[in-house]
Amino acid sequence: MDFIAVIRDGFLAMIGPVTAAYAVSAVSLNLQFGYTGLLNFGQVAFMMVGAYGTAITVEAGGSLWLGIPVGILTAVLLGLLLGLPTLRLRADYLAITTIALAEALRLIVRSSWAEPLTNGVFGIQGFADAFFDLNPFPGGAVYGVGTWTVTGRSLWMMIVSWTVVLLVVLLIRRLIKSPWGRVMRAIREDEDAARSLGKNVFGYKLQSLMIGGAIGAVSGILLAIEQQNVTPDAYLPRLTFILYVIVILGGAGTILGPVIGALVFQFVFFGFDSLMASAQANIDWVGDILSPAEAGQVKLILVGVGLMLLMIFRPQGMMGDLNESLIDDH
Amino acid sequence: MTIDPNALADVAAVPGVAKPDPIVTIDGLERSFGGVHAVNVDHLEIQRGTITSLIGPNGAGKTTLFNLISGFDEPDNGEWDLDGGGLVGISAYQVARRGMVRTFQLTKSLARLTVMENMHVADQTNPGETLRGALFGGWRKAEDEATEKATALLERFGLTHMADEFAGSLSGGQRKLLEVARALMVDPDVIMLDEPMAGVNPALTQSLLHHITGLREDGMTVIFIEHDMDVVQEISDWVVVLAEGSVIAEGPPASIGSNEIVIDAYLGRTHREEEE
Amino acid sequence: MALALLAVPAMALADGEAIGGTLIATTDDERVPVEGVLISVEQDGTLVGDSTSDAEGKWLVPVPGAGTYTVRLDVSTLPDGVGLTNADSDVLEDIVVQEGRQRTVLFPLGEGSTTSPPPYQRFGSLLFAGLKLGAVIALSAVGLSLIYAVTGLVNFAHGEMVTLGAVLTYFFSTSVAGPGWSLFIAGAAAVALGAGFGWVQDRGLWRPLRKRRMGLVAMMVVSIGLSFALRYLILVMFGGTRKLYDEFTGQTPIDFFGIPVVPKNLITIVVGVVVLALVGLFLQRTRIGTALRAVSDNPDLSESSGIDVDKVVTLTWVMAGGLAALGGLFFGLTEAVQWDMGFRLLLLIFAAVVLGGLGTAYGAMLGAFVVGIAVEMSTLIFPSELKSAVGLIVLIIMLLVRPQGLLGTRERIG
Ligand SMILES: Nc1ncnc2c1ncn2[C@@H]1O[C@H](COP(=O)(O)OP(=O)(O)O)[C@@H](O)[C@H]1O
Ligand SMILES: [Mg+2]
Repeated sequence: MDFIAVIRDGFLAMIGPVTAAYAVSAVSLNLQFGYTGLLNFGQVAFMMVGAYGTAITVEAGGSLWLGIPVGILTAVLLGLLLGLPTLRLRADYLAITTIALAEALRLIVRSSWAEPLTNGVFGIQGFADAFFDLNPFPGGAVYGVGTWTVTGRSLWMMIVSWTVVLLVVLLIRRLIKSPWGRVMRAIREDEDAARSLGKNVFGYKLQSLMIGGAIGAVSGILLAIEQQNVTPDAYLPRLTFILYVIVILGGAGTILGPVIGALVFQFVFFGFDSLMASAQANIDWVGDILSPAEAGQVKLILVGVGLMLLMIFRPQGMMGDLNESLIDDH
Repeated sequence: MTIDPNALADVAAVPGVAKPDPIVTIDGLERSFGGVHAVNVDHLEIQRGTITSLIGPNGAGKTTLFNLISGFDEPDNGEWDLDGGGLVGISAYQVARRGMVRTFQLTKSLARLTVMENMHVADQTNPGETLRGALFGGWRKAEDEATEKATALLERFGLTHMADEFAGSLSGGQRKLLEVARALMVDPDVIMLDEPMAGVNPALTQSLLHHITGLREDGMTVIFIEHDMDVVQEISDWVVVLAEGSVIAEGPPASIGSNEIVIDAYLGRTHREEEE
Repeated sequence: MALALLAVPAMALADGEAIGGTLIATTDDERVPVEGVLISVEQDGTLVGDSTSDAEGKWLVPVPGAGTYTVRLDVSTLPDGVGLTNADSDVLEDIVVQEGRQRTVLFPLGEGSTTSPPPYQRFGSLLFAGLKLGAVIALSAVGLSLIYAVTGLVNFAHGEMVTLGAVLTYFFSTSVAGPGWSLFIAGAAAVALGAGFGWVQDRGLWRPLRKRRMGLVAMMVVSIGLSFALRYLILVMFGGTRKLYDEFTGQTPIDFFGIPVVPKNLITIVVGVVVLALVGLFLQRTRIGTALRAVSDNPDLSESSGIDVDKVVTLTWVMAGGLAALGGLFFGLTEAVQWDMGFRLLLLIFAAVVLGGLGTAYGAMLGAFVVGIAVEMSTLIFPSELKSAVGLIVLIIMLLVRPQGLLGTRERIG
């Protein structure tokens, strides 16, 4: 068993662009769930819409720099469309509608009917060349020490995506620390109270859904660029729930929680992969009872169990204030 | 506008009677749930600058009436206005902005906001509450002014020492006080209190009563729901009795205690409930 | 008559994974390539691609990767006088394609006549399919709605309770590791275990959380975690492929007023309607049913008027677990058993309960049949891969025009 390798694999995944993209998405989910109390169970739809908006624009002959705003605006529009019928209703309606719409959108994107636009199950590839053309690091070169290395391509992607994380966190910080953020938190606590104090609760929730949607789209675009690929089956509902784990792990309703959550989650998630691979290679009985594919599934079982346990026993997450979580709502 | 304390002296004590200077007027208001006629008010006027008590047995429709006129529920029929402006179809937050603020029977403190933050949320003038204001700043001055106003209100309600605590850590009585203080942050013309005394200890009750009479002195119109007849007798200028959704009597407090219909409908029922 | 013909040309190994074959009709003495026939490949109900056979009868559909696919031959594109040797082999399910390989599949063709069914028959079949789907949704949805009514929780793990019913039935009846019971006994055992699982869930998880006064939003997040854990647990135990019970598989349709109907679908509808009627009777006529309705109207009032709310809630979970398992049993019977079947059905369950009115048992039943029929009928207009999306559109339209649902009432504030 090579534990150093396990830690290395976890670490390299942790600092990678995918973690950054997850952090961005978690920050947006945190605005909705942690600060406004909205249950968006269809976050993956915003990411998908952002990614496809970008890819399709490039496919249609536009530049990547046009595609990105198109993707973001499409997600904002999706937030508006989702919010209009649901945000006047109880929280559960938004949850139901978002989870259903996300899955239905994926089926539509995947369908032959949408194929002229989305290329069906095959998706769209190679639309982000313009981004990698700007890469100042030689793509083939390797940076790092020993086996702790990343390629020039990854390094470029990492720098850009972690910069995006920083910008998004600063944006949310500014918003949340303002009176606007205070109204959001008031709505999370009790929307009837906020309403009785003259706050347009519906309008604020819509803003939260749309801003969160835009940031979610940014995350989807980062992932799509990193992979130079969009396919419908990358946007399964499970990604949304992984993001919930990240938000709650880090601390819902805290500024940095989602980022910390993403780092820790990715370290554990990929460290676990590496650990299982190493165990399967070196310990006979492990290989006997679990195939590599099953090990991946066991990991997802643990994600689900982890989400339950966190919500029950440590709802404030790593960054949250214990006192705050103990406050009685009644 | 000056308010005449004796304006109601010559008003007859009959249901639906016209008042000299009504600030709220309700007409033909109906709301039913399934078969239950929760509210069925033919005509009701609330005199400006008075304390009007709304009484009636449990389930009489008092809270539902509040919900309807504050925009939290929609009636099946009827109209009502505030100072001449119709409120039909106006959403709850706009009713508050027009100067009619209500509190809730079950207190709604914003638990994970501090007491001071609770007060700030009720401020109507802060430009930082818009997205643009939040992004580009320029709201500090308004924030400071609101803090000043809130500090004075908290002082008045004896909550100064709790300003930086989470509202969720207040006692039940303190939450009631906070809710009233917070409603005053809105600078309302009409304030509607749904059982503000319920569950408050006797010491606090007295100070709360004192605050309510203080509101009238400040020129506000108070409508409040209360069960305790002593309290009602003590502070109200006018009493409206609701039973099974309808106004069965109204008049000065003295006239209510001796009203046969009220004793039947209200006390009679209480007696029956006690016997069960 | 014709004999089966199976020509397997060596296919050039192209870039990626693909499915292909050659269509040749065999009569007594001749083998003729069949040109211009449309073959489509689907995955999870979604079209992956299609291909039309060329002059040599060859067709090839590239697929996105290794996996399990369904291949369908469009019989209406067969030339006159050519038909499938085996009339219902126009769809081949569970075609497995391996990493980097091309898979060859065969459609035995011979002499035959193919006429598309008259419109009323198509309409009737779809209506029937809609009723069947409606019955499955209704059985599953009633429990979700009742739990919501008595506890306020929307249980996102409800889909897994449906899957469990199907998977357990499969285990008891068909699995080599199982006891090999008849489907009837296996199904009864699965429903009993499903009800037991409802009890365990309430006592082991939800009741303690209610006692801690956990908020509903937090509980919904817990239920999502539970759904996730159960779903992948089932995947590990059951595997990823679609499986069929060993009984009632290849049933021949019977004639039902001119509409061909598969008997097991008819049974599903009949049993579904009977069970739902029993649930209705239970709610209306029994003391405990009345208590359940009282709790769903007003839990606080019921508590103070002497109803044991905890008992009612547990009973509701037990009922919901049993009904969901029954829904899953029939879902597996009429389609196939798969690890994520319940999660896929959840979308339609949601559409049904929102349509009927969240928290109303009768609303859920009504909504289920409306959604089931709308989804199946939609294939008259939209491609069938968009079926589920249609269910969602129904949901959104309902939220816009009447958010409390067909049978719901506006809620209480204050
Ligand atoms: N949302 C609702 N659904 C059903 N019945 C309601 C609802 N709100 C109030 N009611 C009924 O309306 C009547 C009046 O209730 P309420 O206004 O709360 O009375 P009060 O505040 O005078 O005690 C009661 O019979 C109550 O049960
Ligand atoms: Mg009341």
